[in-house]
Amino acid sequence: MVEKVIVKGKAKGKILKSKIPINFLGAVDKKTGIIRDNKHDLFQKSIKNTILVFPYGVGSSVGAYTIYSLKSNNSAPYAMICQKADLTVASGCALANIPLVIVTQKEYDSIKNGEEIFLDTESKTL
Amino acid sequence: MELTKDEESALKGEKGEVLELAYRILVATGEAINADRLVPIQWAHLSGVNYNTIGDAGEEFLSKLSKDAKVQVKTTVNPMGFDIDTVSDYNLDDDFIKKQQSISDSYKKMGVLPSFSCIPYEIFDLPQKNTQVSFAESNAAIYANSIAQLKTNKESAFSALASALTGKSPYSDLRKEEPDSPNLTIQMKVKNSNELTYGLLGYFAGKIAGSSVRISGASNLDKRSCKALCGGMGTSGQCGKFVLDDNDNQSEKVDFDNKEMQNIFDELNTTDSGDLVVLGSPQLGLEEISDLALMLKGRSFKKRCMIFCPRAIQQQASDLGYANTLKRAGCEMLYDCCTCLTPLIDKDNVDGVITNSIKGAYYLKNSNDVKVNLKPLSQIIDDETKW
Repeated sequence: MVEKVIVKGKAKGKILKSKIPINFLGAVDKKTGIIRDNKHDLFQKSIKNTILVFPYGVGSSVGAYTIYSLKSNNSAPYAMICQKADLTVASGCALANIPLVIVTQKEYDSIKNGEEIFLDTESKTL
Repeated sequence: MELTKDEESALKGEKGEVLELAYRILVATGEAINADRLVPIQWAHLSGVNYNTIGDAGEEFLSKLSKDAKVQVKTTVNPMGFDIDTVSDYNLDDDFIKKQQSISDSYKKMGVLPSFSCIPYEIFDLPQKNTQVSFAESNAAIYANSIAQLKTNKESAFSALASALTGKSPYSDLRKEEPDSPNLTIQMKVKNSNELTYGLLGYFAGKIAGSSVRISGASNLDKRSCKALCGGMGTSGQCGKFVLDDNDNQSEKVDFDNKEMQNIFDELNTTDSGDLVVLGSPQLGLEEISDLALMLKGRSFKKRCMIFCPRAIQQQASDLGYANTLKRAGCEMLYDCCTCLTPLIDKDNVDGVITNSIKGAYYLKNSNDVKVNLKPLSQIIDDETKW
């Protein structure tokens, strides 16, 4: 169940799920979408063309530009699903037109890595 | 979020593309932080200036935006990638310099003050208590809320830009005159603390706190420790404010002891030595430069040492003789730029960086791929300088 829609849109793709918050500026390569923070559980994985599921964004405010750059470089996720909203991810997705929703805790826990899903913010369904 | 008729019309694009974009960002961020309305702000401080961080996509975006956009309130900006006066000493490619200058020109065209500093709270006069501002730089937002008695969200680069272009920002908990009491208290248990300990405490607090946190056992911080705490906290989390308060209260309590400190240290300290000393993340203001000049009198560094400062203090640092003392000690003084994500430190030329900055360490490690050795300033002076 989608609790809140931050950026509207539709997306279809494979779930890439992380347990750890993401500092987009430090941890993500803005050209390729590959996670380069070796302390992160998605280390060396690419977030490109995924439905990225993670708790929330942290750290540098410039992370919003990283999200915009990922989109411009065709390396962005199709959509993002978070547990908690934050300013950096919200504003980055707003400018880049990447659908972003917050889901209930129960829904968040039940989302499985690798699953194919269809997200529609209008009907608030996964 | 409730919008006024005017705001609604701007969001629909009836007042041009720039405002449509700005309101789209404000509405998304307002939803994200549960704001019910937009409020006027007096001062915006923008991040997203260094070409190293925003890249070609950012440079092109700003260049296009600046054709029509003008800031509506006092707007200052974060450091860029280099100091134009010394850039030729650093072997930076021409394309970087060109793109950086384009970014800088775009901001100037929009009407910002070219401050290129991450410590606006130290180089500009502070407005009166409870003034609403929008600071994107994370250490500056935390400093504004926690020390300078101003009110800001922990803004993002785009939310602060949208605030600059509209003079408005979403009204979140952090903006309330009587903010909610933090529901978490971190009890500082580390003895003999210094700025490095406070940076580590900040990084620890940022990881576990919500939008604000209470810290007990940490009163009377000097400016260096205060800035380190803000910098560390801004790097690891979402937290936008701390309250230093030793009074007992009902909130959940977590200890920051030697063991917790060691865990964070081990996460960020990746080597035991280095060949370059770097100071200034956040940038050093006049007070810290004056301290440093005193500590370095008659001494000189055995290794290269880079010091990052705002341009605003250059004249005074020179007039008061500090710049000279530091240069004689072998320091390279750099203005307008900062340790974080500087292109001037490259893993191919540097084995390891020695610094007292947690924020610097995080970005040097993750973005510049450089190894980092963390030490407090007093130990850096002891180990890395000679009479």
